[in-house]
Amino acid sequence: MVTRREALQRIGAASAALGGSIVLGRAAWDRGGFDVYQSPLSPQTRDFRNGPEKNLPDLAIATTSTDPAELVRKAIDGLGGMRRFISRGDVVTVKPNIGWDRTPLHAANTNPKVVAEVVRLAFDAGAKTVTVTDASCNEPNRCFQRSGIWKAAYDVGANVILPAEHRFRTMRLRGELLDEWPVYRPLVDADKVINVPVAKHHNLAKFTAGMKNWYGILGGRRNRLHQAIDLSIADLATFLQPTLTVIDATRVLLRNGPQGGNIADAKDMHTVIASVDQVAADAYACQLIGVKREDIPYLKLGHERGLGTMFWENLRRAEV
Amino acid sequence: MGFALAHRFKRLFEKKRRPGSGLEARPIIRKLVWARRAAQVGFLGLFCWWLVHTGFRGNFSAVGERVRVDRPVEGFLLADPFVALMTLLSTHTIYRGLLWSVGVVALTLVFGRVFCGWICPFGTLHHFFGWILPSRYGKGARRIEQNRTHAVRQRVKYYLLYACLGAAAFGSAIGGMFDPICISVRALGLAVLPASQYAAGLFGAAATRSNVRPLQGASDAAADFLSTNVWQAKQHYFHEGWLIGILLVAVLFMNRFIPRFWCRVLCPLGALLGVFSRFALFGMEKDHEKCTDCDLCVVHCQGADSPEGGVKWRQDECHMCFNCEAACPEDVIKFRFLPGLRSRSGAPDTGRRTAIATAAAGAIAIPLARAADALEANYNEKLIRPPGAVEEHDFLERCIRCAECMKVCPNNALHPAFFEAGIEGLWTPILIPRIGYCEHSCVLCGDVCPTGAIQKITEEQKMGIDEPPIRIGTAFYDQGRCLPWSMATPCIVCEEFCPTSPKSIWVEEVEVAKREDKPGPDGKAPAMTTVKVQQPHVDPNLCIGCGACEKVCPVQDEPAVYVTNVGETRSKTNVILLENTNYNRS
Repeated sequence: MVTRREALQRIGAASAALGGSIVLGRAAWDRGGFDVYQSPLSPQTRDFRNGPEKNLPDLAIATTSTDPAELVRKAIDGLGGMRRFISRGDVVTVKPNIGWDRTPLHAANTNPKVVAEVVRLAFDAGAKTVTVTDASCNEPNRCFQRSGIWKAAYDVGANVILPAEHRFRTMRLRGELLDEWPVYRPLVDADKVINVPVAKHHNLAKFTAGMKNWYGILGGRRNRLHQAIDLSIADLATFLQPTLTVIDATRVLLRNGPQGGNIADAKDMHTVIASVDQVAADAYACQLIGVKREDIPYLKLGHERGLGTMFWENLRRAEV
Repeated sequence: MGFALAHRFKRLFEKKRRPGSGLEARPIIRKLVWARRAAQVGFLGLFCWWLVHTGFRGNFSAVGERVRVDRPVEGFLLADPFVALMTLLSTHTIYRGLLWSVGVVALTLVFGRVFCGWICPFGTLHHFFGWILPSRYGKGARRIEQNRTHAVRQRVKYYLLYACLGAAAFGSAIGGMFDPICISVRALGLAVLPASQYAAGLFGAAATRSNVRPLQGASDAAADFLSTNVWQAKQHYFHEGWLIGILLVAVLFMNRFIPRFWCRVLCPLGALLGVFSRFALFGMEKDHEKCTDCDLCVVHCQGADSPEGGVKWRQDECHMCFNCEAACPEDVIKFRFLPGLRSRSGAPDTGRRTAIATAAAGAIAIPLARAADALEANYNEKLIRPPGAVEEHDFLERCIRCAECMKVCPNNALHPAFFEAGIEGLWTPILIPRIGYCEHSCVLCGDVCPTGAIQKITEEQKMGIDEPPIRIGTAFYDQGRCLPWSMATPCIVCEEFCPTSPKSIWVEEVEVAKREDKPGPDGKAPAMTTVKVQQPHVDPNLCIGCGACEKVCPVQDEPAVYVTNVGETRSKTNVILLENTNYNRS
């Protein structure tokens, strides 16, 4: 015989378990379909540009030195100095090209002296932190070390970050072609972003510098972008507009781009181009390897989208 | 288990009343027991420290210098006499740093198997799990029963040793599969660490999704620390690594039933040291008269080597942990130099016939394995060996499957073979370009190889500066899958990544027909147009087989460009072109 109390307890326990199962089952019920796999994100862009300055040049070309650091100083001074771009307390990200396991002589990555000088100027202008990073093509440790950028940036106090997997976040880019991609967070979670590409030959895109450098903000299967390389570049440049672009053309890879590998493929050109307009900067720089701007479709796309102008002659210029 | 652990730790420090006559152990013995524990923790720590540094971590102070592993991360393997003896039998030489193993032999000749009890990281793991794992069924009388010498099962390791040495004499270092140091590197490096990284990645992803700023910050900081100090920035995956992980779990779990099952029953290195330990100058003397059969020595015995009175001490089984003398309340057990030999037995009690039979079995297994097709007649085209690897027969004489090369590879390119290299090639390194390609200027796999299966090459030798480069294979296009070849779509990522200069992949710009993807007006067939694409080709004279093209090919499932091992420098016969065929090449 069970007592009434025990019977009630047992019935109560069974009912509670049943009730719990029903509530859980109802709450977690999936009626099928693909709705649960829809991205909850909305398309975004990142515009880090400051407002226009009426009286200052928007494109500076420095050629009157053989010292990369001095060229950088001259070019940025030509635009009115780093204080035009960086305010006190800014969190700054500097994005060189650290794509390949090559040394500075190969000119496949940005010259470490150029990177270091940009970092130094940013600190001088009052930046709180300066992060230097890139999502490399080759093994990142090797690229960062052998490019010389790791040491050069570290020596001037920058925070050098390796592209570890946890540093990427899925975002939707408001692109014609590019939609949801893993995006490298240090390049979008900043107050100011300075693009410091190297100008070089590229077998598919013909010439690359600033706009193509944004390939390094993506993770995932970016090797597929080459099927529509111009549209991809334009989409990325639409997604991310930098505060400042500083193109390193101190030594330029003329053949076998983008990776090079033979010192004879590169040539000293002692030029640094700084601009607030990434399209104009690329359009100017492509002449260095003898490519016409009309022959580079991504420049045309960027121009048509209003990201900048491929007719750099229309900008106020400083040649220093 | 947490509670049990805390309880056991507490008991460690309690002053226990000693039973029986209650005589204290000699102070030197009590100190030695603690020294042994410190050595075990220290050596296991050193092993793990070296293991996590078996990889390339860049650093901010170096520029453009030669990249090498900055620590002797393969140190435990170099000191491993089993590895040295196997490769001595197979190659008749002792490779470079393996000479250190003579030190461990010397240590054994003086002190017995202190390597097992004090140094071996795998032994320490088993010591720990033998302490923490046994259930209530593995304590007291049951544990004493398990800790008594079980001659039959403890013989197995000697037979395994003889089989491994027999195989080595017939030209295969396959015994490395059973070497405890090799197992430690392989199992911790290829299974435990990657699985931990995967688990940590799940936590990190959850923290990132949470959108709670402090949580994200903490998670990022932790992930930064781990990715730069413990593992790599990218998750590493290892081909069929599950088997390696499961075997580790299984052999550790055996401690629940038989403490230090691995060390007592299977370990061929322990067996080899057991063979040497009969000459040890240091050992145990027993005063059988005083023994009260309390069995306290047996409870804590590691080697199951009969420390109790009334029977002979099995010197070849003893790990020299000193637990028995520390536990003995009756002054029966004394460790000393040049002990009397009456109450010990020094040689393994294996039957001579069985010993010869097992060695012969090991030896015969090698021609048996090679008479199967994998090595000689039907060599697998995907068996791409690391750069600097010696010719395949020589390679099998040397490769001990220690997985150092796979652990060190920064691109996760090297993997333990499953049956790609036949049964004899299990867990030898193969390059799987789809997972990771061979980084052009990287020579780390040879840098850490303890046996010379992969030679120590320079960047100049590998990349071919003023000499022919080291090739590990050749790339081929599957034109039916390649986008510019068959789908009128531009691509050439392969060409972009090709690291040689001039590039081994060259492109030809051609105009190809393309059909519009919408029907024409009035339902007519879609219109035809043409597009310009660059179609890639391989120059077999320049291709080094690094696999960068295969790795980055956007045709995801089965790449349109792939590498096979034909043309590898190390082989005189596995070549394509007549001009590279030279039977006289060294």
